[in-house]
Formats: sequence, C-alpha cells, structure tokens
Amino acid sequence: MTEPVVLLDSVDKTFGDGTAVQVHALKNINLSIGRNEFVSLIGPSGCGKSTLLRVIGDLIAPTAGRAQVNGKNAAQARLDREYGMVFQAATLYDWRTVAKNVQLPLELMKYPKEKKEQRTREMLALVELSDFARHYPWQLSGGMQQRVAIARALAFEPSILLMDEPFGALDEMTRERLNLELLDIWRKTNTTVVFVTHSITEAVFLSTRVIVMSARPGRITQDIPIDLPQPRTVETRENVRFFELETQVREALRESERQPK
Amino acid sequence: MSERSQRIVAPIVIFVVIFLAWEGLVTGLHIEQFLLPKPTAILSNLVRVIRIDTTDSSVLADNEAAALLRVNRLLVDLPGGISPEVLAPLEEASIAEFRQGSHRVLVAKGVNLTPILQASWYTLKEALGGLALGGIAGVLVALATARWTATREALLPFAIAANSMPIIAFAPIFNNWFGIDNPFSKMAIVAVMVFFPLMINTVRGLVSVPPRSLELMRSYAASEFAILVKARIPNALPYLFSGLKVAGALAMIGAIVGEYFGGPRIALGVFITQEAALFRFASAWAAIFSACLMGISIYLLILLAERLAMPWHSSFRE
Repeated sequence: MTEPVVLLDSVDKTFGDGTAVQVHALKNINLSIGRNEFVSLIGPSGCGKSTLLRVIGDLIAPTAGRAQVNGKNAAQARLDREYGMVFQAATLYDWRTVAKNVQLPLELMKYPKEKKEQRTREMLALVELSDFARHYPWQLSGGMQQRVAIARALAFEPSILLMDEPFGALDEMTRERLNLELLDIWRKTNTTVVFVTHSITEAVFLSTRVIVMSARPGRITQDIPIDLPQPRTVETRENVRFFELETQVREALRESERQPK
Repeated sequence: MSERSQRIVAPIVIFVVIFLAWEGLVTGLHIEQFLLPKPTAILSNLVRVIRIDTTDSSVLADNEAAALLRVNRLLVDLPGGISPEVLAPLEEASIAEFRQGSHRVLVAKGVNLTPILQASWYTLKEALGGLALGGIAGVLVALATARWTATREALLPFAIAANSMPIIAFAPIFNNWFGIDNPFSKMAIVAVMVFFPLMINTVRGLVSVPPRSLELMRSYAASEFAILVKARIPNALPYLFSGLKVAGALAMIGAIVGEYFGGPRIALGVFITQEAALFRFASAWAAIFSACLMGISIYLLILLAERLAMPWHSSFRE
C-alpha cells in the first residue's frame, strides 16, 4: 500500500454549531483507505456514517480536521471528478432514458460524442442492461434502476466509488444478486469503494475491511479486516470464517453501544 | 367496447343528454327565451335573416347595401317569418330586394356566425398575446429568482399575495392607461393576471429538485448553469405546465372581462354586452359559447404541448 486513496485526519463535524439543536455528528475520525480496498462503514442510525461518506466526497465540509483524496484535499478531488456517487435511491432523471442517464456525467465532463457513446455501451454491458438503453427509469425495477446508477457512477472512471446504502431499499434476493455483481464490477474496474450499510452480512460479504462506528458522537470504534478469500462467491456465505467474521462485527456493534461517550 | 373508445363515446353521450335535457326543460317549463334560450334557438341564430327598409325609392347599389348590412349587421329579424316570395330570391343570393306596398324592402340572409367568429378571433389574439407576454415574463423572473435566493425570498411573498388578488379589478385602469380601443390594454391585464401563477409555479419547480439530485450534480463538479439546464429546468416542466393550465383559463377570462369594461365593437366581450343589452340573448349565448370553446381549445393545446414536451412524465404512463 503506497499512497492512501482516502486519508482522514482528526475529522470533526458538528451540525448547528452553537444552537439549541447542535449535533456532534463526527468526532476525531482518523481513517486511511488504500487503493483497491473495499471498505464498509457500519453502525447504528445516527452514527454519522453517511456524513462521513459526504465528508470524503466533499459534499459536507468538516468542522475540523482534514480530508484528503489521492493526496489532494477533498474539494480539489471533487473538482477533478474523482468521485462516483451512488445513493439509496437511484436518483435517476425521469426525463432521460437509461442510456442518457448513464451519459449525464460524460456530458458534464464534455466527452466527445464517440467516446461518450462507447462508454455508455460499455457501462450498460457491465451492468447487463444493454437491452434497456432506450427505456425510461420508471419502466425498470428498483434493482435495475440501482444498476443504472452504478453504471452512471462508473462511466467516467472515477478513482473512488462512494456508495450510501445503495441496496438498502431492495429485497433480500435482489440485494444478494447485486452484491455479487458489484464485486464483479469492483474487480474489473479496479476502483476503491467506500460503502455505507446497515447490514452486517452485506458488509462482511463485500468488504476487505469493515469500519464499525458508534453514535452520538459518531466515531470509529473498531476496524475489522475481512480475510475471506477472493473472489467471493455464493459459497462464501456458507464459509465458517464468514460466520465468525459476522459474529465479530455484531459483537463490535454491540460493544460500541456500551462504550462510554 | 374498448377502454379507449369508451373514453371518447362517454363525453359525447353526456353532451347529447345535456343538450336534449336543456331543450326539453326550456320547452317543458315554458321558460322565456330571454331568460334562457333553447340550444336549437342559439344554433339557428347563427344563420339569421335581416331586413332593411329603404323608405326612399332610390335603388341601393349592391355594394352600398352590403356596406349597410355590415354596419347594421344585427338588425331586427324579419317579423312574421320569411314569406316564400322573400325566400325564393334569397336562395340565389344573400341580398334580395322586393316591394311591400309603397316600400322597397331589402332583405339579407346574414350569417351571425361571421361577426361572432371575427370577434372571437380578435379576443383570442388579445388573450394569447397577453398569455405570451405574461408567461415569458413570469418564467424569466422565475429563472432569475431561482438563481438568486435573496431575490426569491424577497419577491415570493409579494407574488403569492398578488396571486390571491382580483387583478381583473384593475381592468378599467388598464383601459385608461393604454386606450380603451387599444387591444394592448386587454393584453396588459391578461399578462398581469397570468404572470403570478406562472412565476410562482416555475419557481417552485426550479427549487424543488430533490437534494440527492443536487448532491449528485455537485459530486460531478457541475456548474450552476449545468445544474439549471440539466436538473432544475426539466424538474420545473411539470410545474410550469400546471401553471399554464391555470393561466390559459385566466387569459380568456381576463380578455373578455376586460372588454366588458369597454372596447371596440369588434371585441367579443363588447359583442356579448351589446347583444344582451339589446335583448338578443340567443346571439349573446352563441358568443358566450364561442368564448367557452376557445377556453377549452387553449387548455387542450396546453395538454398537447405538455405531452410533447415531457413524454416521460408519470401522468402519461399507460
């Protein structure tokens, strides 16, 4: 591991500073994420995991501390288009077809027409939606919409993929299938992924590292490496080590709730 | 019957039922024609016979007679109906001449539809002109206020207050400012009436972009202009069209009521007030229906434009 992709140094975030509704969302966060890592942030609601993701993506400015991505500050990294974002809701534009939605970042980044169309085709093939290029988002199921969102996030080859509970609204079956697809995409594209989730199973199955957080104020309580063999398959879920790691994360979560504030 | 043909047939059936019920009730309850004319009377009024007595024996030239008819286009109906000897030459031409005792009588088959159509066209131009002026101004101001939050915060409460005022009350003032016979005086009142609903709706559409959508654009480091064009304006389209539907109805109301306060004889509102004042209620009713048809047509055109502009919208999913 040479230069880290993400480097957070004593990051603090307080919302509504000095008011009655002041919330200490993040407290003294130090985190380093290396290239090609798949890091999950897990914790109870209100632990600030989504806020942390947004600090990395420069969608929220930290109150104190430093957020660096690829050796630049987060704001510069955003201007350099280093981030692909995927949210819990697919956030597709209703007025654009699937292909046009995938093209949106390419249009903004002034890709030449040829390259734009080629990338769109590649991305739709990657998420196996080539036959739906001309469909509108409402004609797609929730899982398919989320795949379009992933294709859009990866279209401009960002160096880091920020995912905020991307499969949180999907049913269990779809979620498991998309987990496998996401790992496949991650391997093929060599991106670094920061993944926010509620699900212990999902975090362990996907990640190379699970960061456990606790609430009020949000802070990192444990950093658990996931040493399951790659590539992960359907069988991985039946691996004894998988259950051990699940238990470890669950206990870490329980413990983090007991910790003194 | 398929769902589609049912959707077409059902309104036609209702229309026929209303027409027959109206006709039947007016006849059955012996309602006076000046209170409520029968629909058949309103229709037959669109073609009517006009009589002009020429007391002197000089023969009127055809073109003079035509000029006279144009000016007095709605003179009294021929009393006692049309006798065969009058009708016969009428079949040939729209102007006929015959003797009645010592009088030379000139009779013309006037089509009442023509003045109504002319007046309707005149008023429609006022309504559409005002709608265009007020609409463009409303959208431009909305775009400006969506960009500059401070302006919006300052303007929006006034716009919402203005939107609940009866702006039509200003019509006599506008007539005074721009000249009562100047069509611009009506366009101006229409423009002010449609400005507020269009501006308020457009602003709402421009600023109600989902926060995730804005975060997405921010993550791409998109410029404010790119966000406006690619996210805010498409998001505002459904709001703009619902504003337009309100504005379309307001435009016809504004133009006609504006004309009630005065205007040239060729205007539909003036036509309606004059016909009513002269107890020609069938004619007034025909003109009112014309106004209604224009209002509905504007609405349908807006629906069509909406469909063309945003075929993706949820309201068109089948």
